[in-house]
Order: sequence, then C-alpha cells, then structure tokens
Amino acid sequence: MAEASFYNDKVVRQFAVMTVVWGIVGMAVGVLIAAQLYWPALNFDLPWLSFGRLRPLHTNAVIFAFGGCALFATSLHVVQRTCHVRLLSDGLASFVFWGWQLVILSAAISLPLGYTQGKEYAELEWPIDIVIAVVWVAYAVLFFGTIMKRRVKHIYVANWFFGAFIIAVALLHIVNSIAIPVGAMKSYSVYGGAVDAMVQWWYGHNAVGFFLTAGFLGMMYYYIPKQAGRPVYSYRLSVVHFWALIAVYMWAGPHHLHYTALPDWAQSLGMVFSLVLLAPSWGGAINGILTLSGVWHKLRTDPILKFLIVSLSFYMMSTFEGPMMSIKTVNSLSHYTDWTIGHVHSGALGWVAMVSIGSIYMLLPRVLGLKQMYSTPWIDAHFWVHTIGVVFYIASMWIAGVMQGLMWRATNADGTLTYSFVESLNVTYPYYLVRLGGGVLVLAGMVLMAVNVWKTYQLAKSPVPQPVLPPDASQARG
Amino acid sequence: MSGSWSTYVIALVVLQVVACVVLLWYTSRRHKGEAEPEKTGHVWDEDITEYNKPLPRWWINLFYLTILFTIGYLVWYPGFGNFAGTSGWTSAREHDAAKAEGDAKLAAALKPFEGKALPELAVDPKALAFGKGVFANNCAVCHGSNAQGAVGYPNLADQSWQWGGEPEQIVETVLNGRNAAMPAWAASLTAMGGATAKDDVISYVRSLSNLEQPTSDVKERGQKLFGSICAACHGPDAKGMAVLGAPDLTDDAWVYGSTREVLMTGIEQGRNGQMPAHKPLIGETRARLAAAYVWSLSHKPVH
Repeated sequence: MAEASFYNDKVVRQFAVMTVVWGIVGMAVGVLIAAQLYWPALNFDLPWLSFGRLRPLHTNAVIFAFGGCALFATSLHVVQRTCHVRLLSDGLASFVFWGWQLVILSAAISLPLGYTQGKEYAELEWPIDIVIAVVWVAYAVLFFGTIMKRRVKHIYVANWFFGAFIIAVALLHIVNSIAIPVGAMKSYSVYGGAVDAMVQWWYGHNAVGFFLTAGFLGMMYYYIPKQAGRPVYSYRLSVVHFWALIAVYMWAGPHHLHYTALPDWAQSLGMVFSLVLLAPSWGGAINGILTLSGVWHKLRTDPILKFLIVSLSFYMMSTFEGPMMSIKTVNSLSHYTDWTIGHVHSGALGWVAMVSIGSIYMLLPRVLGLKQMYSTPWIDAHFWVHTIGVVFYIASMWIAGVMQGLMWRATNADGTLTYSFVESLNVTYPYYLVRLGGGVLVLAGMVLMAVNVWKTYQLAKSPVPQPVLPPDASQARG
Repeated sequence: MSGSWSTYVIALVVLQVVACVVLLWYTSRRHKGEAEPEKTGHVWDEDITEYNKPLPRWWINLFYLTILFTIGYLVWYPGFGNFAGTSGWTSAREHDAAKAEGDAKLAAALKPFEGKALPELAVDPKALAFGKGVFANNCAVCHGSNAQGAVGYPNLADQSWQWGGEPEQIVETVLNGRNAAMPAWAASLTAMGGATAKDDVISYVRSLSNLEQPTSDVKERGQKLFGSICAACHGPDAKGMAVLGAPDLTDDAWVYGSTREVLMTGIEQGRNGQMPAHKPLIGETRARLAAAYVWSLSHKPVH
C-alpha cells in the first residue's frame, strides 16, 4: 500500500517522547534554581551553574523545548487527523524535528556558557536565532501545506489556533531578534532605549499569547472533545473568541512596562486592551469546559480528562489574574515581586503543562497502536502529584509576592522607606522552601510519566502504522 | 509623537474597538441559514463534531463591559494618540506631586535633628531609628544590614576605623566619600629585596597580629622592606594613618582578609577602595543621622 494512505506518526512519536525528556530536564533546572534561592551555595561557585545563567536555561527549556515539542507533536498529530491526509512531506517533518532538537541543544550549551542577547525569553544569540527562523518556516510550510491538501471542506478550529500560533511566532521572533552581529556569538539589537523595551515586550507578551496560549488552545480543541466523546460546545463561540484573542493580544505588551520610560499613551493602551482580553480568553475555556456537558461523570474515572479540564480551570484563573495585574494600580504592587512568578507558573504549570501532559497521555498510545497507556492509575497519581505541586508553588509565590510589594512600598511618617530590601528577602525565605517543595512534586510527576511512557513503548514493541481515515461523505472536498 | 503617528494610533485603536464590537454583535445573533444550536454538520476524524450553541449572555456582557471601560479610560487618561485625556493626568505630574509631598514631609521630619552632634543624636531613640532607616536604605547594600561589613567593605560596628572614628570624621566620610588608593608594589619590592621580597613582607605583616611566626631572618628582611616602602602610609609601627585611609595592620580587622593569598593580591595589584559621596544623594542631616547610628554601634551608652 502507498505511504500516503498512512499518517506520518513517526514525527509525532519523536516529538512526544522529547516532550517528556525536555520536560524533565527543564523542570529539573527549575528545581535546582529554586533550591539555589534557598541554599545559595548550590551554585558551587561555578559560573556555569550560577542563577543568572540557569534561569534563562530553565525558561527556554520549559517553554521552547518542553512546550515546543508538545506543540509540534500535537499540531502535527491533529492536522493529519482533522485534514484526513498524511503530512505534506516526511523529509520536511524530519528536518523540523532534528532542527528543533539542534536549537534546544545549542541553547543548553550556549546559555550556561554565558552567551545571551539579554532579552527575556529571546536570549539566544544570532546564529541560533537564524536556525530557529529556518526551522520555523519549514514547520509553517509543513503545517499549511498539509492544510492545503486537506480532504475536508472545513478547517477544524484546532488548526485555526495552531495556524495563528505558527504565523505569529514567526513574526514575533524575526522582528524582535533583528540584530547587528559583532562576533560569532555576540550581537546588538537594532532597537534602542524605550523602543527596544517595547519591541521586546511586544514579543514577550505575545510569546505568552501565541506560543503559550493559542497553540495550547489548539491542543485543547482536539483532545477534549475527542477524549470526552462530545461535540465542541459552540462553533460561534470559537469564531468570536479566536478572532478577538489573536487581534487583542497584540496590544497587551506595554503592561510589562508600566511606570517606566514608555510614554503614558502606550502604557494606557497596553492596560485597557489587557482588560479587553479577559472575555476572549475565557471564551476558549468556556468552550472547552462546557464541551463536557452531559459527561461530567467521566471526570471521576478518566485522569486524562482530569488533566485537560483542570488545565482549563488554571487557564481561567491565570487569564483573570493577568488582566487584573495589568491594571496600573495593581501592577504598582505586583510588579517586580514573586507574585509575577506565581502568576506565570499558574499559567505554565497549571495550564500549559497540564494540557500538554493530558494530550501526550492521550495521543501516545494511539500513535503506537495501543488503546491506552501502560498504567492509568499512574496517570491518576501524576495528576494529583502535579496539582498539589502547582498549588504549593503558586500559593507560596502569591503570599511572598504580596508581602514583598507591601514591604517595598511601606514608608515611615517621615517619608523614608520602612524596610530595607534584605528584610523583605528575609520574610520571603520560608516561602522559597515551599515553592521548592511544589517544584519537586511537579518534577516527580514528570518522572512517573517518563516511566509510564517507557513501559508503554515496551508494550507496543513495533508501532503499527495508522491508515488515513476517509472524511465523512458530507464533508468531503471535491 | 508627530501628528501622523498620532492619527495612525487613533485609527488602529478605533479599528480594534469597532472590530470587537461588530464581531461580538454579529456573532451573538442567529442568522438565516445558519446551523441549529445542536449541530453544525461538521465532522472530522470520525467523531469530532460541533454544536452551535448561543454565546452565554453573561460572557457577552463581560466583553461589552471591558470595551465600555476602555472607551471611558481613553477619554479620561492619555492613550488615544496625542489626545491628553480630560483628567489632565500624566505620570510626570503624578510623580512631581508625590515627590513634592514627600519632600515637604521629609523636611519637617529632619528639622529637629539639623546640625546636632553625633553623641547627642546617638542617645536620642528617634534619631537612632531614623538613622537606622537611612543606613538600611543606603549603606547596607555594601556594609551589610548589621553594618558588619563584607570583603572590601569595612566593618562599621567594631573599633577599627580606616579614616578615623571621631564623630565628625565619620560624618565627613559619609558626606564627601573616601578614596583609598594603595598602589601595586610588587615591582618595587622585588627590585629592592629580591625574589623573596613579597613573601617576606607578607610574613612580617602577618606576624604583627600573630597570624604567623616567621623565622627571625625572614622577619628582619620583611621589616626592612616594610620600613622602606609600606611605612610611608601605614606608619613605621604599622598602626595605619587615618588621613590617608591606610589601615592599621596590627589589629584583627582586615578589609580584604588576612590570608597570604589576599595580601599577595593587594601587593601585586594594589587596592582601590571607594566610598561614594552621599551628600548629593541624601543631604547633610540624613548623612548625620546615618553616621550617628553607625557611631552608636561602637559607642554603647554605659548604664
């Protein structure tokens, strides 16, 4: 039989396995730097292990290696299933996989060595930036090429989100990374001053909006209805929240620069459009959660559905918290404190990681020709360990952050500051231990997942190719 | 911002707001020929289908509410291109007003302590608390939150002073800063005393505070070198010289440490200790209050 009558699941499996591997690596680095904040001696006086170098390694590893691999695995899985065709090109798929692994490896080497552009979430130096751009364009060709040769009339909503994520990330990455190289691993941004800051946070917040939100909403739109066996709640809600989300996110960057040299008008626009984002964000979460109408009982027995639905609860929480934190008066308390770290992790560990983990648990056995993972009780255990870990993490950072904000702004009757910085650090100290505990739990869950994946692979022996399904007769494209 | 940029920003804002409203208004209504709420007829991957249920009313209202807030905010505050907003608010004005208020409060709070001598301030609990706050916010970053010092930053709670421990000397240090420059002496020492010169002088210096017991000829050679070079600043008896900020080398207070390696670095590369002038940063009275707090740490009142 011809190749074209089977899905290309090899690239999906590769990315799925690397999601787990990079998840463990990225989170282990996170646990180490959380431990360094409690026991500073853990940098062993080595520059390569210092907090300043490992922190970008952690963020790059969890966002672009763990999150990235999860997005590649799921988008390439979903686009084939919902277009009823094999991927455009196997060669291109391999190139995207190996290219992306090369990017990750370059990051893992260059960041500890101290090479950085100094732009948050865009630290990688110019040669690596070029590789990213090339791989990303290849990914776009692969994805949109597959969409173009689809055998159904309608493009499924999950693909709208994956598509928006791919286009926006290309735009953001290229514009923000334009720099003048002055050495093999050194460059200067073409932007300067407040413009540089604005471009950076236009990139930074849209990395959250498109990389960490739109792409994962794409995941949500396939795996939740599939796992629940229910129709998506509302097509019209999909339409309105999709367009509103991708349009309004573009404005939100300036809320990272409140009370800075950024002009007042830009700060105001960043703030109000961050508030407008609340409803479009919740639109996606509502659409996912209400898809469960009529089958809520499945949550009792299906830990994968638990991962997916609880991820949406965290998504709603973070996308409520975000607009609130972008209000200038709230921001003047929360900015620069650990509250921000708590907010980011409620999104990253609660929303992004949980929806990814749930999706991987669901897709992996399917692309191996199995009904389910090796152990479902282990998935349940993972769910609880992860959830408790996240709650410890974010609750401790909320308390620490609000405390820091209040202490930093407290003034004496004479107008002088009441507390020195180190006093605020002193009261934060115990919460850093609680946060570390939360991180250890999350990491432990990932290790359990790795064992489960390993055992599932042993069960599968050699993967069975999955035939491309014909589209429903009423949907077929001429 | 130039007029054309302002027009561009205004146009984009209007477009975005209008687009949101139109999108929301249009999709919240059912149109002719549209699929029933319970199905759209779409099917993917065997069993993925879609309902077409109405948008939740509360959600539509939430969306409209945030848009309404946006319009109100942009009328009241700057944001709509060059339009300054009807409130007259700018961040610069807010800052100036807050600063003027804070400055007035501070001036009133400092008034009672103006020009007072350190010993007098050091027994006034209010002045001490004030001084401690000034210290915590300005000095602690180098000298530590308990004034215990750090490598390169002297301990201020002991009896050893680089630039003199008299009250007015401390005030002078805080107000105008200090610059302690020790040149690199390795070349001169070696020229004068041969290959062992640096080690000899280190042994001699360390013997002064009983950190080691060199043989008598090492000590003799070291002492001779010390007398010709180091004594110029640190004094023939190595007791230091406050006017130059040259530390006493016979006590157990060491700014950079007392190991042979640390002393070798000092001799080979020199030292350049800088205390910035704080008069331009905190003014005379707050400098005096911080100095009084520092002075009180080594001059506990006798009860």
